[in-house]
Formats: sequence, C-alpha cells, structure tokens
Amino acid sequence: MRGIELDVNGDRLETAAPDHWTLLEVLRYKLGLTGSKQGCDKGDCGACTVLVDGQPVLSCLTLAAQAVGKEITTVEGLRPMHLQSGGVGADPIQDAFDRCGALQCGFCQPGMMLSARALVAANASPSREEIQKALSGNLCRCTGYTQILEAVETAIAERVGAEAPRPAWVEDREHVREGELEARTPAKEAK
Amino acid sequence: MAARDIHGPEAPWKEFQVVGKSHRKIDGMAKATGEAVYADDIQLPGMLHAKTLRSPHAHAKIVSIDTSRALALKGVHAVITGADLPIKYGVIPWTPDETALATDRVRFIGDEVAAVAAIDEDTANAALELIDVEYEVLHAYFDPREALERSEPTIHESRKNNNVSKHVELEFGDVDGAAETADLVVKGEYQFHGSTHGAIEPHCAVAKVSPEGVLTLWSATQISHYVHRALARVLEWEPQKIRVIQPCIGGAFGGKSDPFSLEFCVAKLAEITGRPVKMLWTREEVFYAHRGRHPMQLAYRTSATKDGKITGVDAKILIDGGSYSSFGLVTTYYSGQLLTGPYDFPSYRFNSTRVFTNKPPCGPKRGHGSVQPRFAFECQLDEVAEQLGIDPIEIRRKNFHGEHTQTVNGQRITSSGYMECLDKVERGSAWRERHRQLPTGQGLGVAGSMYISGTNYPIYPNEMPQAGIQLKADRSGLVTVFSGANDIGQGSNSVVRYIVAEELGMDPTDVRVLAADSDLCPVDLGAYSSRVTFMVGNAAVDAARKLRAKLVAAVAEHWEVEEKRVRLIMGRAIDLEDTEKVLSTREAIQLAEAKFDTLGSTGAYNTPTLGGDYRGGTIGASPAYSFTAHIVEAHVDEETGRITVPKVWCAHDCGRALNPRLVAGQIEGSVYMGIAEALMEDHKVNRFGLHSGPSLLDYRMPTAIDTPDIETYIVESVDPEGPYGAKEAGEGPLHSAIPALANAIHDAVGIRLRELPFTPAKVLAALAEKRMSEGAAAGGAAAKAMAKKETH
Repeated sequence: MRGIELDVNGDRLETAAPDHWTLLEVLRYKLGLTGSKQGCDKGDCGACTVLVDGQPVLSCLTLAAQAVGKEITTVEGLRPMHLQSGGVGADPIQDAFDRCGALQCGFCQPGMMLSARALVAANASPSREEIQKALSGNLCRCTGYTQILEAVETAIAERVGAEAPRPAWVEDREHVREGELEARTPAKEAK
Repeated sequence: MAARDIHGPEAPWKEFQVVGKSHRKIDGMAKATGEAVYADDIQLPGMLHAKTLRSPHAHAKIVSIDTSRALALKGVHAVITGADLPIKYGVIPWTPDETALATDRVRFIGDEVAAVAAIDEDTANAALELIDVEYEVLHAYFDPREALERSEPTIHESRKNNNVSKHVELEFGDVDGAAETADLVVKGEYQFHGSTHGAIEPHCAVAKVSPEGVLTLWSATQISHYVHRALARVLEWEPQKIRVIQPCIGGAFGGKSDPFSLEFCVAKLAEITGRPVKMLWTREEVFYAHRGRHPMQLAYRTSATKDGKITGVDAKILIDGGSYSSFGLVTTYYSGQLLTGPYDFPSYRFNSTRVFTNKPPCGPKRGHGSVQPRFAFECQLDEVAEQLGIDPIEIRRKNFHGEHTQTVNGQRITSSGYMECLDKVERGSAWRERHRQLPTGQGLGVAGSMYISGTNYPIYPNEMPQAGIQLKADRSGLVTVFSGANDIGQGSNSVVRYIVAEELGMDPTDVRVLAADSDLCPVDLGAYSSRVTFMVGNAAVDAARKLRAKLVAAVAEHWEVEEKRVRLIMGRAIDLEDTEKVLSTREAIQLAEAKFDTLGSTGAYNTPTLGGDYRGGTIGASPAYSFTAHIVEAHVDEETGRITVPKVWCAHDCGRALNPRLVAGQIEGSVYMGIAEALMEDHKVNRFGLHSGPSLLDYRMPTAIDTPDIETYIVESVDPEGPYGAKEAGEGPLHSAIPALANAIHDAVGIRLRELPFTPAKVLAALAEKRMSEGAAAGGAAAKAMAKKETH
C-alpha cells in the first residue's frame, strides 16, 4: 500500500492503493470514477481506455504508479471540461454517440468515446478506414460498430458545419413516406 | 386474452407524435457520461469480495472438501460449499439439475465447487488455494454422439440409463410420401459449432441483508423475475423478503438469462457474514459460465416439385447441450418448431435430441435454438434452386406462406413483410445484375428467416399476465413508469417512455422510467424470446390509456365540453373545437388528481391462446412473427482460403418501428453477430475438456475493421396485435446472415460449406475436393469456370 497522487480530469486527487493496483482499479475502486469499465482485465477489450496526456491508454494494463505526474482524462471528465470551455450540453462526441444510437448497453462506450476523441484531436478529418483503425482496440458487442462509426463521422462533420452522412434506412424510410419506393433507383454499384 | 391485451395498431389520435421518430434513448446520456451504474460500480460500506473455486476436472465425484485452512486465513469471513446450498434449480422448472456449488459431482472444467468471502479479492483468491478438494475422476464425454450411445456413467443421476437431456419428435403431414413423389430431393448434413455471447460486461452480483431480514440482490441479469424465484427456492426464503434489482447491464444476448451460481453465493455469504458481498467474475469465468449457442449436427432432406415448390422437410438434429439443462427443453423444441416459416411446406418432421456432455453448459444465445436449423435449411433451399435452375430469391417468393395464415405445425401467422424484405435486399444489392455474374472469387448469397415476438410459454405455468406496467402521475407534471422489464441495452425503458408520452401527449423527457426492481415494479417475465417490446409495449399502452381517460375526463368536466373534444398533445390539453382552450399537462394532471384522488394506473399484457393442439404445441407459438431477408457479398481468396465480407444487405420486418434508429441498431448488431460466429468465433474445449481459449484475445470477436459494411432496411408490416403494430427486431435479423454467407461463398467459388465456422482450412479443403471432382469430370467444369471469367 502506498500513497498516490493522480491528476484526473483537471483535479489533483490523493489516495492510497497496493503497489500492484492498476490505474483502472484505482480509478474505479479508490477514486469512485466507475465510468471506466473492466471487460477483460488483460488488455483485450478496450473498455478501460482512458487518455493519458491525450493518448488512449489501456488503464487495466497500466499500473497506477505509472500514471503519476501525467494528465488523465476519463469519461467523467468530458462533459465538465466541455462546459468549462464554454460549451453547452455534452461533449460533441458524447452527444453524437447518444443521437446516433451508438449507446446500446453502453459498457464499451466510455473507452470507445475516448479512443474517438484522441483520434479527432489528432486528425481533423479522418477517413472511415482511419476511424475504424483508431477504434479497433475497442470491442463492442451490441452495435456491429455501424452506428458508432456514424456517430464519429457525425461529430466530425458537424464540427465543420458539414452535413452528417445518412444511413440507408433513413433514406429508405423517407422514400417510403413520400411514396417513392417503386421509383427509387436501384442500388449503387458495388465497390 | 383480455380486452386489455389488444389495442390496435393505430395512433391514439390522428397521427403519431412520438412513435416512429428517432428519439434519444432514455439512458443514452447517462451512459455517455459514465454516470450509469452497472453492478460492479456498486460499492457498499463494509462490502466483502467473493471468489469461486472451480473444478479442474471435466467429470468427477467429489470425495471430500476441507475448507478449514481457507477459513483460518486472516481476512476470510466465510467459505461455502455445495452443502450450504444443496437445493437444485434450473430456469425451466421441469429440469432443475443445477446447484449453486457442486454437492457431490462436477460436470465440466470450471464447474463451481466453493466460494469465499474475504476483505478483498486478493485475499479471497489466496483462500481458494487453501481449499482442499479430493476428486474421483470419471469418464468424461466431449462428443455428443458418444454421449448418445454410451450410458455409463451418466452425467446426471436423474437420467438413469442415458445422457439424453431432451428428445422431441414431431411430424406434420406425410414427409416420407412427399419425398417419394418429389421431382427433386436434396439431402445434406450440416454442423453448427458453439459460440458464446461475449457481452463486454462480465457477470457481477452484489447482495446485502438488512437488519430487518430483507435480502437485496443487484445482479447483471436479463431475467430478474426468475432469479427472484430461484433465490427463494434455493435459499428457502419467502419471496417477499427478497428484492432483486437489475442495475444498468453491459450486454446480455441471452448469456445472462439463467440464474447463476454467483447470485446464490453472494446472497448466502451476505446472510452468513452480515455484510454486503460482491462477486465479479473474471472474463475467463464468463467463458465457463457460457450458456451460449448449442453445437448441432443436422441432417436435412428437402423435397420439391420441379417448379420449385417445397413439399416436405425432414430434419434430424443432435444437440450438444453441455453439462446442464439450462433452457435445453425449449432449445430442443425451438430447433424444430421455428423453421416452419416464412415458407409454406405441406409436410414437416423433426427429430431433435439434446444430450449432456462434460462441457460448459449451452443455453440461449440470440436466435435461441433456431439459428442452426435455419442455416441448414436455407442452404438446402439454395441447392434446390440451383438444381432446378430457379433464381434463389424467386424460389423464396414462390414458397412464401403469405400473411394471416397458419404454419404446418399450427403456428398462427399474422402480419408478414417478408416479400418486401426480399424486394429491398434484391434491389439494394443489385442482385439481378450481379448474382452469378461477379468474377470468380466474389459472390452474392441470399437467405430468409422468421422469428418469434415473445412466446406464449411463460416458463412456469400460471394465469397471471406476462408483462405489467404501473404509472404514477405527479402534480409536478411528471409521469413515472414502473416497468418490470429488463433493459439490456436494447432500449426497453426508452420504448415504454415513448409509448406513455404518445398516449398522454407529453414531452418524452417528462416521462421517467424506473425498471427491474422487484420491490417497486410489477412483474415482467424478462428480456428473452424477443418478447419485451411486444408484451411490455402492450402493457404500457394499456396503463397509459387508463390514465389518459382520467385526464381527459377531468379536463372535459373543467371545460364543460364532451370528452371527445379533448386531446392531449405536445405537453398540452387542447379543445379540438375551441382553440382558446388550452391547458398544460401539469394542469390536466392537477385537475384529474382533484377529481379522482392520487393518480395512477396499471396495465398488463397476456398472450392469446395459441399453438398447435399437441404436446409442445405452445412452444414456439408467438403472438407475432418477425421476418428477415439477407444478401451477403463474400470474397473468397482461393490461394489462402480466407473469406471476407465487404457488405451485407439486411431487410427486417419489425412491424411498426417505434424508434427506427433503435431498430436499425438491433438489425446491425444482429448482422454483425451472425457474420462473426460464422467466420471468426468458435467456443470449444480441447480433448481434456479444457476451454480452448477463454479470453477476448483467443475467442476472436470482430473489431470495427473486421465488421462488414451493413446496409439496413426497415420493413413495417404493422402487426394487428403489437403495440401500435410493433414486433421484434433484436434476434430475427441474425438468423439468415449465416446461410446467406454460405450461399454467397457458393456463388463465389462453387463450394458448399456445410460445416461452421467457415475457416480458411475448410475453404481450401472444399476447393481441393471440388478440383478433384472437376478433374474427374474431364475438364468440362474448368471450361465453364473459364467461360464465367471471360464474361467479365
């Protein structure tokens, strides 16, 4: 057991934990920041992802002691930091995830959103392939990733005032409503 | 079925205000900000941590257990074994064959033997090492065929002379006669492998016993009501002294449906120690707990006329159940009962046998029991089409059973949008221009399916409603919904919010939902068999209409107008004939509270009497069925045998989409999960019965890179009995993804893969076999392949 001082979401927090405890354990069970999730406890699923000095890090594979002196951002920090910087509502990534249906069970999403946030901080207009790659360390079992990718693309598009991509089912339903189903042009050519 | 149970598919007023729009989920922002509380997020003062000792043997008698060394360890508060919880349970009341901890026998590597509560997890783990167990190893079964043929030893004492968990044989019409008179008979044997749910949240439960003697259990369960019943049975506590709460849950997919060992253990340990106790399983333990997809060996014989009409289907299925019954009785029925649509065939027989083996127990995984037979049959249908020279989509249209009809096994079909599903994927994928016309190595395949929206079978026989809702209207203008349903991420709490807001003309955010707390909420049977939207939705309509009647009556009296002139809309009450008259919902509630006293209402749903008039006829009987069509594009690398799926088109008939975005999410998640188990996942044990890779690295679940591009279409057939016409969307759209992929592989390289998963080794073996037979056919086929290439 040793005293440990961590810089989390802009606060300097003090606690004590056994030497072998991971950053995830200290965040969850000592500091009460339970937003970071444990899905496998061995670096396979990404649910524990937090930002350390802006980089996505698996907190279940990081000893708490290794994070001393670094800036740690967890999911709990996103909305308050967004509000502090003059924003309204929630962080645009959080808001887009919510609107796009990317949160089903929600368990992988804290890690997923932080990976997404690190990506958009480093790359203002990533391609779909770049987004997929950036999120490939975060397993999701509910969504099939489709609405997650839409959420990230939506947040990116809205940041520059562009129109967010619309999934096929939205287009399709609008055609149904307008009675245009039969007139609809058949399928785009496959790649 | 009472009058309360059917409300018609129409909007309460002229048109929908809330339903049919993609509103945010009720808990989306709580999840996005990390505020949502899951079971392992609960920390109680003085809480102990528990761990489980598991069997290292696949099949053994327990000769003795000595816990004294563990109990002596500083920080250990209690150690329990099977002797402390000897009463058997099982989710199906007819097959109670599980105990919370093994009493005298272990049946798979990972079976629970003892549990320790200690001051922290490290101490609990150290104590597990100090428990001395002496085993007498028994012969273990890993091959279901051996388990079927050999009767000594039996895995369960209750089965005297065999290892058969359940056998069902049902025949409708003259199947053998159909085969004799058919123009074409296609036969095939198929193997479906095991896969597991892989919810990202591991199982976790927390229990405490209050000084008054009330046990509270928080558990990551998708069926809190059966957990409640099982706790009362095993602990021998009166059920009213037990409170079960399902906190936010991190995925389930069927894997959190059974009552699990940890729920009984934390309850018992809390009772013994007088302190709250938490148990969080490791990912490895979740793989042992399993309850996933049953491996099946399926033999099918399909008879058809030369113009492609199916005349008979004959199925023989051997089901590998693993070590316990779980839902196996239902699985065995579902393996046959759910195949009888969306096609009409006049004769059908299935002969399904589930056997016990010494492997992690199988149970319900998304598409319970019917994904495996659907794979086999839809592959057969593709062969029938090929041999008769009929387009695979056309043969499905030709055999469509229609709407408002009955299946050969006596299931009532109401709405069906299957034909529209086929149209959508055909057009979306440019099927007519691309099927059988893509370059070698690329192909398109189609398949269809049907699934239940809830089941008539209530697990335990009773006359009470399957679903209940209670409403409380507060003079602040808030309406609180108490819902028994388990929201497992699919959005059931959101759905009841939308429905209540629709009926009461409220802003959805003024409707709050409190769910899955047995002290506060009426009983709902749980999140399984795709029953929640249909049944809980109907109960919500029922409750909200009763409350609406009070609000309307009070406002009408206040305005001194007829009730039919009062409409509740957008957070207001308005007079349809006098635009001057407007009240807020808050004012309407206050008028009603003054007139009727404290305001609330209850609503319920129960299924109509359905199903065939034979033993098992109600299993698989559903008040409505959903329909799905998939087209999968597959690319097969003939050098490496590697299959990639660049794109899947999926159209699903969910009746009215109460929230289209949530429906799309269910469809996409299903497609992903189907392709995942077909190509990447394999839940299996080695020759000693040891799990081959109980981690999320070794059990390969697709990442964002591996998942195909999914094009989703929502088909809304509007069901006469669903809430506003809604049906299920969470399980149906998995089924036909897998046979559509198999059929696409055939279109790509001309091989029929009948054994899942579709690994590169199996592709290469099938390609080699194909080349051999083509060689025997003296180059004719090779010339044809060349010709196919030249057309591009």
